[in-house]
Amino acid sequence: MEIIKINGLTKKYKDVVAVNGLSLSVQKGELFSLLGVNGAGKTTTIKMLTCLAKPTEGDAIVCSKSIINEADDVKKHIAVSPQETAVAPNLSVEENLRFICGIHGFTKDVSNERIAQITQRLSLSGIMKKKEGKLSGGWQRRLSIAMALLSDPEVLFLDEPTLGLDVIARSELWDVISELKGKTTVILTTHYMEEAERLSDRVGIMKDGHLLCVGTPDEIKAFAGKDDFEDAFISIVKGERA
Amino acid sequence: MRTIAFSKRTALEVLRDPLNIVFGLGFPIVLLILLSAIQANVPVELFAIESLAPGMTVFGLSFITLFSATLISKDSESALFARLMTTPLTASDFIIGYTVPLLPLALAQSAVCYAFSLVLNLKFDVWILIAILFNIPTAIVFISIGLLCGSVLNSKQVGGICGALLTNLTAWFSGIWFDLELVGGAFKKIAELLPFYHAVELQRAVVSQNLELAGEHLIWVCGYAVVLLCLAIAVFVARKRRA
Repeated sequence: MEIIKINGLTKKYKDVVAVNGLSLSVQKGELFSLLGVNGAGKTTTIKMLTCLAKPTEGDAIVCSKSIINEADDVKKHIAVSPQETAVAPNLSVEENLRFICGIHGFTKDVSNERIAQITQRLSLSGIMKKKEGKLSGGWQRRLSIAMALLSDPEVLFLDEPTLGLDVIARSELWDVISELKGKTTVILTTHYMEEAERLSDRVGIMKDGHLLCVGTPDEIKAFAGKDDFEDAFISIVKGERA
Repeated sequence: MRTIAFSKRTALEVLRDPLNIVFGLGFPIVLLILLSAIQANVPVELFAIESLAPGMTVFGLSFITLFSATLISKDSESALFARLMTTPLTASDFIIGYTVPLLPLALAQSAVCYAFSLVLNLKFDVWILIAILFNIPTAIVFISIGLLCGSVLNSKQVGGICGALLTNLTAWFSGIWFDLELVGGAFKKIAELLPFYHAVELQRAVVSQNLELAGEHLIWVCGYAVVLLCLAIAVFVARKRRA
């Protein structure tokens, strides 16, 4: 079942075309990664799909709702963990979680239940009273993802969730993201090839606002005629295969 | 529910920033002590506590602008704002959430200023409590300026414009530090066209139980409160849509 259907999505900023005629489908429960070098259009695509930026042309149907005409309805079904850590700085971990529950209009009982679930799922119980500034980068990202998961979204957008994290923190976050597969549709952007290959059901490679190819990591390697995923990515982006 | 959650977060962010406490409460109290000390040595009618305390409550409110503008501009630049923009929060949730929690903070600040003035020999009567309530429209003026500045300026600009310029404008054009009659001319006319002078005179009139005079100044302050709040909401909504 298609949960995201993108049709000719384009975003222009004055003379710059950040995303050019993107068309793509994502299935329910799929973990789909968008790969590309800086300026490829990944973050702009996420911004449009999450109703943070209006497309110049085209449309996308997310959870059966148009991002242009039914943005408020789309927002009820999605959640975002942006590139930077998106938490309230002067609030503790628990207060941040309660804040998001309140934003979604959950009752106290539902909030308690959701927070207990997410705390256990992401092993946050030891840091509940700490404020953001006292958390390591890995824990901040974990909290950021926990806040996104609280509303039990149908589609979760993770914009470079492991950027700048050390190897251990990254590995732990991979475990968290892996657990979502099949239950929540995840759209992930990343610069890390290993991350995309290990986590993704399918990968889309973007360059200069265009989608160059889409497929499973194995299909991408076969498409580029390379055994290594990173080599395949480089080959495709450099135009050696296309 | 959404608005309450957002309002609570605004209040916590403001109250937990130690600089806000230092500037919002500490600075007006230090000025009260300092100017009262001057008054004790060289009596100046303007610095008599009955005249100084009402003015200081208004000057203190100018820091509320700084608090709200700083919070809004920092939020706008943060990833948290991007996250919140993808939630069911509406423009009115944001506006109420940013403005309403500052109102009790503003009144509490006025109450602390008057309470401290009692220590400095301000005579207590019920009109002081009423005067605190009459600071509500003035608080709305300053909160609206904060919403407006926070919507159009970045956090660095907010520091300069709300932290330095607005607090100085409030001080100069309000007649707290010097009698506007002494300067006179265009300066006095400009001061009388701005809300700060009327806000201070409103407080002084209420404390001295001159309700007729209070009414005249109240109209000015309420007018500014309505216009600035509408303008701030329009600008905030436009900026949110453009984001």
